[in-house]
Amino acid sequence: MDTNLALLLLFTPFAGFLINIFFGKKLGHSAPGWLGTAAVATSFAVTLTFFLQVLATKEPIFINLGQWLTLANFTVDFSFQLDQLSVLWLMFVTGIGTLIHMYSISYMHDDENVHKFFAYLNLFVFFMITLVMGSNLLIMFIGWEGVGLCSYLLIGFWHKNQDYNDAAKKAFIMNRIGDLGFLIGIFILGYLFHTTEYAVIKTELDNGWPFNKELLGIAMLCLFIGACGKSAQIPLYTWLPDAMAGPTPVSALIHAATMVTAGIFMITRLNFLFNLTPDVLEVIAIVGAVTSIVAAAIGLVQTDIKKVLAYSTVSQLGLMFLALGCGAYEVAVFHVITHAFFKACLFLGSGSVIHALHGEQDMRKMGGLSKVMKITFITFVLSSVAISGVPGFSGFFSKDEILISAFHHSPVLWGIASLASIMTAFYMFRLVYVTFFNDFRGTEEQKHHLHESPALITIPLVILALLATFGGIISLPGHSWLNEYLAPVMAAPAAHHELGNLEYILMGIAVLGAFIGIGIAYFKYRKKGEVPPGDAEFTGLANVLYNKFYVDEIYSAVIVKPLYMIGSFFKNVTEVAISGFVFGLGKVAVTLGGEGRKLQNGSVGFYLLVFVLGVCSIIGYIFLAK
Amino acid sequence: MENILQQIGIENYLYLSTLLFCVGAFGVLFRRNAIIMFMSIEIMLNAVNLLLVAFSTYHQDPAGQVFVFFSMAVAAAEVAVGLAILVAVYRNLHGIDIDNLKNLKG
Repeated sequence: MDTNLALLLLFTPFAGFLINIFFGKKLGHSAPGWLGTAAVATSFAVTLTFFLQVLATKEPIFINLGQWLTLANFTVDFSFQLDQLSVLWLMFVTGIGTLIHMYSISYMHDDENVHKFFAYLNLFVFFMITLVMGSNLLIMFIGWEGVGLCSYLLIGFWHKNQDYNDAAKKAFIMNRIGDLGFLIGIFILGYLFHTTEYAVIKTELDNGWPFNKELLGIAMLCLFIGACGKSAQIPLYTWLPDAMAGPTPVSALIHAATMVTAGIFMITRLNFLFNLTPDVLEVIAIVGAVTSIVAAAIGLVQTDIKKVLAYSTVSQLGLMFLALGCGAYEVAVFHVITHAFFKACLFLGSGSVIHALHGEQDMRKMGGLSKVMKITFITFVLSSVAISGVPGFSGFFSKDEILISAFHHSPVLWGIASLASIMTAFYMFRLVYVTFFNDFRGTEEQKHHLHESPALITIPLVILALLATFGGIISLPGHSWLNEYLAPVMAAPAAHHELGNLEYILMGIAVLGAFIGIGIAYFKYRKKGEVPPGDAEFTGLANVLYNKFYVDEIYSAVIVKPLYMIGSFFKNVTEVAISGFVFGLGKVAVTLGGEGRKLQNGSVGFYLLVFVLGVCSIIGYIFLAK
Repeated sequence: MENILQQIGIENYLYLSTLLFCVGAFGVLFRRNAIIMFMSIEIMLNAVNLLLVAFSTYHQDPAGQVFVFFSMAVAAAEVAVGLAILVAVYRNLHGIDIDNLKNLKG
C-alpha cells in the first residue's frame, strides 16, 4: 500500500511530463497546464496522507524497489525513505509546486511552447521528489542532477535570446563544479562505510564504526561544495541572479522555493555526519554569513525587480547556511519553509507586475501600481514584511532564531547576519516603494493597459501571502512544534534557548534593525520620491555594488579567459602541428599511390615486357653475383 | 642411348632450345593476338622440355624425362583453361586482341 502510494507520488509528475512532452502540442493551449497542475496536485494529496501517517506513527516508512547495482562489497538499492524530514520537504515542494503550476497556467498562456514549459516543470517536480525521497546518496544524486538539468532547460526556456541561453549554461556549469564535489563526497562516504544508505551509516556510526576522521572531514567538505553549487553560496552563487532569465514562475519554484534548498536538505539529512566534523560546520557558518551580507549588499542597488529578489534569495540562503553551520538544523529548516512561502509569493507577485507591464522588469519604469493591482500589492507587502522580520510574521520567527543561534555560536557572525537583515528590510521596502508607490513612470501605452492579474494568478498569491504571514506558528519560540516534529531525524537534540533577557535584547535589536531598514527606505523612496539612478550614474561603493563586486568579471579574468587561452593555444599550435603531421602522412601516401597506379595501365603487353625484363634482370643478377 | 648424343652433340640441343625459347618469348612480347601468344608460350614450354630430355639423356638419369611427362600433362590442363578463358574473352569483346583487355586499368 505504502509502496503503491509512494510510486504514485513519485511518478504522477513524471507521467505528466511524458504526456506533455509527447502529446502536449495536440492538447491545445490550456490542457497542458491543467494536466501538469493536476499531476503535481495528486502528488501533494499523496504527500498529505504520508504526512498525516508519519505525524501519527512517528515512524519512518522505507520502500525498497530492489537492487540497483552490486559491486564487490557495496550495494545500492532503489529505495526510498519517507521520514519526518523528507515528508516535510515534500509537503512544501509539491504544495508550493501546485500553486506555481496553477499560476503558470495563466502566466504562460500566450506562450507557443506552453506544453514544453509544463513538461519541464513536471519533470523538475519529479526529480525534486526523487532527491528528497531517496534513502541513499546515489538516489539523491539522481534527483540532484535531474533538477540541475530542469533548471537549465527552464532558465533557457526562451531560447531565442542568446543571453538567456548563456545564463542557462552558466547555471549548468556552476552547478557542475559543485556536483563534482558532491560526487567525490559520495565516493569517500561509500569508501568509508561501504554504503550510502543514510540509515545504515547512522547505525554503523552508533555501533562505533572505526572511521578515518580526516577523510570524513574531506568528504563533508566536498558535500558542502556540492551544496554551495546547488544552493548558490560563495563562491558558486553567481549563476542564481543570472537564472532570472527564465520565466518568473520558474524563478519562484526552482530558484527560490525548492531546488536551491536542496543543499540545505542534504546537510540536514546528513546532520549526524556533519556533527562529527565541527571544522566543516565552522566553514559552513562563515560561508553562509559572508554570502548573506555580500548578496544583501549587492541587492541594495539593483534595479531589475527580479534581480533584487534573486540576490535576496542568495542572502537568505546564506542565513540558512549560517544556521546549519551553527548546528541549528531545525532552525535552518524552519527558515527554508518560511522563506519558501514569502519568496515564492514575492517572485509570483513580481511576475504579476511584469505580466501587467508586458515584460517590463526595470523598476525605475514602474511606480504607483498599488492603485491598480490591489491584490498583488497587498500580498507583496505582506511577504516583504515577513522577509524583513517584522514581529508576528513568519520571517520574524525564523530569522530571529537564526540570529539567536548565531549569537550563541559567535557574536561576530551574529553581527554580520544582523547587518544583512537590516539590508534585507531596506532593499525589500525600496522595491515596494519604488514599484507600488508614487506615480507611474512607464509609457502612456503601458499605463493604459495596466490591470490586475486574473484569478489564476492572484489565488496562489493570496494563499502564499497567508502562509507567509502565519507560517511562523509552526515554530514559536518557547514551544516549537517543528523542533519536536524533527527530533527523530536529528542526531543531537535541538538547542533550547530559554527566553531570557539576552534573547529579548537580541530580538529587540533585530526588530529595531528591521524598522530602521524599512524607515530608511520609506524616507528615501516614499517621502522624497527618489528613483534609483541609471546605470551610469553610480559612483564609488554604489558602483561596485551595482556591478556585483565585479565577481563575474573576476571569474571571467581568472578562470574563463585563461581557459580560453589554453584552448586557443591547443587549437592554433598543437592542433595545427598534429593535424599537419597526420595530413602530411596522408599526402605522402596519396602521391606515392598516384605514381604507382600509372604502372597499372591495363596494357597486357606492357605487363609482359616488365615481367620478362624482371626475370631477365633477376637471372642476370644471379649470374653476375657469382 | 649415348649414341644419339654422339650423332648430334649436346650443344646443338642447347642451341635449338635457346632459339625456341627466344622465339617463344619474343612471340609473347610482340604479338597482340591472344592465340598466337598462347602458342608462343607453348613453344617456350617445349623448349624447356627439350632441354630436360636432352640433359636427362646426357646424365643417364631418367628423372628428367619423368618431369617432362608431368609438365606435358600440366601444360595440357593449362591449355584447356587458357582456351576457355579466350572463348570467354571472345564472347565479351568479339575479338581476342589483348590490347582490348584494359578494364582492370588502375
